[in-house]
This record gives sequence, C-alpha cells and structure tokens, in this order.
Amino acid sequence: MASRRAHSIHRIQTDLPVLKPFYVPPPAYASASHWLANLPPYTGILLFLPLLIWPFASHAAGEFTMFNAFEALFNWIPFLFTSGFLFNVLISLFSMLFGTLAGAVLGLGQISKISPVRRTSWFLTQLFRNSPWLVILFIVLLALPFEFVIFGVIIAVPDWMKAVFGLSLPIMANISEIVRGAVLSVPTAQWEAAESLAFSRQQILWRIILPQCFKRMIPPWMNWYAILTMATPLCSLLGVEEIITLSRQAMEAENNHPELLVPFYSFALGMFFLYCYPIARLTIRLERKYAVKL
Amino acid sequence: MVSWTEKDPIVSIKDVHKSFGALEVLKGVSLDVMKGEVICIIGPSGSGKSTLIRCINALNDIQGGSIHVRGIDLTDPHLNKLELRKKVGMVFQQYNLFPHKTAIENVMMAPLLVLKEDENEVRARARDLMKKVRLEEKENAYPGELSGGQQQRVAIARSLAMSPDIMLFDEVTAALDPETVKEVLVTIKDLAQDGMTCILVTHEMGFAREIADHIYFTDNGVIVEHGPPETFFTKAKDPRTKDFLSQIL
Repeated sequence: MASRRAHSIHRIQTDLPVLKPFYVPPPAYASASHWLANLPPYTGILLFLPLLIWPFASHAAGEFTMFNAFEALFNWIPFLFTSGFLFNVLISLFSMLFGTLAGAVLGLGQISKISPVRRTSWFLTQLFRNSPWLVILFIVLLALPFEFVIFGVIIAVPDWMKAVFGLSLPIMANISEIVRGAVLSVPTAQWEAAESLAFSRQQILWRIILPQCFKRMIPPWMNWYAILTMATPLCSLLGVEEIITLSRQAMEAENNHPELLVPFYSFALGMFFLYCYPIARLTIRLERKYAVKL
Repeated sequence: MVSWTEKDPIVSIKDVHKSFGALEVLKGVSLDVMKGEVICIIGPSGSGKSTLIRCINALNDIQGGSIHVRGIDLTDPHLNKLELRKKVGMVFQQYNLFPHKTAIENVMMAPLLVLKEDENEVRARARDLMKKVRLEEKENAYPGELSGGQQQRVAIARSLAMSPDIMLFDEVTAALDPETVKEVLVTIKDLAQDGMTCILVTHEMGFAREIADHIYFTDNGVIVEHGPPETFFTKAKDPRTKDFLSQIL
C-alpha cells in the first residue's frame, strides 16, 4: 500500500504549467575548444602511440629503420622547434593582434547608428566569416605586392607578413561578431537607465556597456586564438617557412624515406597539441566562471 | 532659454498621442503638473501609464500633441535630449543599476561624467544621498550584493545625484518583496516632503492616497478621471474607475 501511494505521488497529474527538466547545450561558438578541452590529458601521450607500433609494422625492406628515422628527427628537433614551431606561434600572435584590433573596430561598426558604417561593417564581417581561410590566404598572397615604395624607400613584404595579414582577416570577422554579440547581450534596460541619466551614446557604450561584457568576450576570443594557431600550417602552402614546411624540407634532406613521415608529422602534431590543449582547458574554465553572472 | 516661470506648469502635456506600430497606446492625454506637486498615475496594466511617463524624458517619442518640460518643447526636432534628461530623473521598476560599479560609484557616475563636476564634491554629495536613502553602510557594495529594496534606493539616490527638477517613478515597487516596499516608499515620501516634483506610476493605492496631491486614472490610453485623493477614492464618478477601485481596494 505504501509503495502504491509513493508510486501514485510520483506520477501526480496537474493542470498547472510545469517546468520540465531540460538540457542546455553548450554555446556553439566554443565547440572547437569544447572538443579539444574535453579530451583527457593523456591524449597527448596517445598521439605518440603510433610511433611505438610503427617499427613493427614497417620493418620490411631497406636499410633505413625506424631507429634511423627517430635519430634523424632528434637531430632536427631543435631546428624544427626554434625556426619552425616558434614561428607558427609568432604568426598566430601577430594575426591575433591585428585581427582583434580590426575586429573590435568592425564589431563596433556593426552597432553604429550611421547606416553606411553599419552596413559596410556587416558586409565585411559576413564576407570574411564565410570564406575558406585558404582561399583568403591565396588571394592575399597573389594580390599583395612583394614590395612597397614609400618616398623612394623600398619596403619588402615577406610572405610571412602576407600570411599574417591573410589569417587576421577571418579572425577580424569572427571577433567582430563576438563584439557585436556581447554588446547586444547587455539588457536594453541598461541603455535606458544610462540614457535617463543624460549619458551620451558614446559614454554609455564605453563606460557602461563594454565594461559589462568585456569578460564575456574573453572565452570566445581565446577559442578563436586556438583555432587560429591550429590553422597556421596553412601558411606552408604559401611557402612560409613554418614547422610543416621545414619538416618537409628536413625529410627531403634525409632522403625522403617513408619511415620519416610519421615521426616528423607526429612531432608537429604533438607541438600543436601541447600548445593548444592548455588554452582550450583555460577557455572552458573561464567560460564557466563568467557564465550567467548578471 | 525658454520663457517659463514658476507659475506655469513644470510639466505640461497636451493631447498626446503615441503609437507602437498599429497599436495606439496613448489616445489624447493631457495633464499639467505644477512645481513641487506630487501626482500619481494609476490604472490597469496596458493602459499606457508607463509609456506616458517615459515620454516625459524623451525615452519614447510622441506622434501627436505636445509635451513641455520647464518650457522645453519635447516635440522640437532639434531637442537636446541630454539637456532635458539632466533636469528629469527617472527610476525604473527593475532598478537597472550598473552591475560593474559599487553603490556609491553608481551614484557618482553621472555627475562626474555628464556634469563634469569635481570628484571630491560629487563624493561628498553621493555620501549625503546614500545617508538620505539610509544606505550609508552599503556604499561599497555591488548591486548584486544588495536586496531589491536596497538596489531601488540606490537607484533613487543615483537619479537625485543629478539634482533634477522632476522625478519620474515607473512602478518602482512592483518588483519588490512586500516587506521591502515600505523602505522605498518612505524614501519617496521624504523626497516629496522636501518639495521635489514627483510623477509616479504606481499600484500602491494606500501610498498614492497618502502622498499624492492629484491622482490620474488612465484606462485604454485616455485619462478617465482625475482629482485630489480625498474625492478620487471616495467619490469616483466613472464606472471604469469604480470598477478598478473595487478590484484593488
């Protein structure tokens, strides 16, 4: 009897509106970081597992063994790291810097009261947000001159600078959307309260709205930095001497033995993982910290 | 700038029409407020009360009629809204404090940035105002750390810091717990007794009766009936007013 009652209470019927349990999916903009950060930390080690299996799989023909391949890699590591990977990091930092500055301007342009400014900003944002990065990179590479002449002084534009410019364009567009979204996420009541105190639009934006949403912009911003860093190997297609280009050149110098492929590319993979994984974890942590705190 | 003397109404609303798209919210509203007067606007929700007082500091624009505040014509296309809003303070139902600033910073912000006054002077005045709303010990608390009633009193102090001539209160106690309503009402009453011109939209009938010099009852975008509280609450003539009062009282 008692259990029957408990059962009936459990299935109690009501005409009143009831809030059913629901699941809030994580915001879509952070999906890359979510995916990366949800990997367990030992994924880094797992990445190198193929290396251990490889020697047994490809012992086959030839004098060149897996042991030789690793020896070659170890000889190249200092060069690949300092001239290669650090250069990728440098490209990512510069692209992020320019992309962020331009994106902030474009994002504020998107909420401008001046219609042509707003429309142009919107158009540029959509254009660069929805184009393949590689296509943008090729256009920039081919469209930009290899040198400028200013007052008779010839200023050379190396390929890596073009790559920085090319990569900063999609970053700019995405940062623009982050800024616009963050400003719009502040309740309109804040605008009204400030207006009723005779603040000008500029003052409201800079003193009241942006300080409130600045924190909210940091996690998606970091997410885009991680994505950007992982996209820097695209520059190898433009001949920029970053880690993938240098790895290929190193393998050529080692006579292109197929055994070299896995150690060299795994090294590059491991470098990117070690760099981006902590960023992704930090992004998720900050996202939780700043979530729904009004 | 404009010829306005204290004998003229400080707020003069004449035949105001206001529409949101096809929906006409105000259908010819007229009322005058003299300096130092306290008026309460009551009426069922959706009758246009809030829209009306939001028109007084140009948060909403109007489609017909005219509004003059201290002689400033609000329908003037070259209206300087910022100058108008320096003279008209407003308190909202949802307090709308700036969450990234402490209570006293909320109070000090507008005088510092809008009126460009000296910081020490502003701080001293903000302290006085915090004392006036009985929150001197909460100066450095953030809005999130304050109760609804406390936040609302900070919001009142924030508006007063601009030394306005008129205060607008838009259902300022509607979002509050019953026990904190009183502390806010006491604050408003103090203000009214100090001679501040107040225009309140409220559902607190007892309070309206006690504080108001004049009561306006709006329904469906028009003023149905108005009068001093003594006659309004006891000798209402219009059936709609009677109906509303019988439901509320």
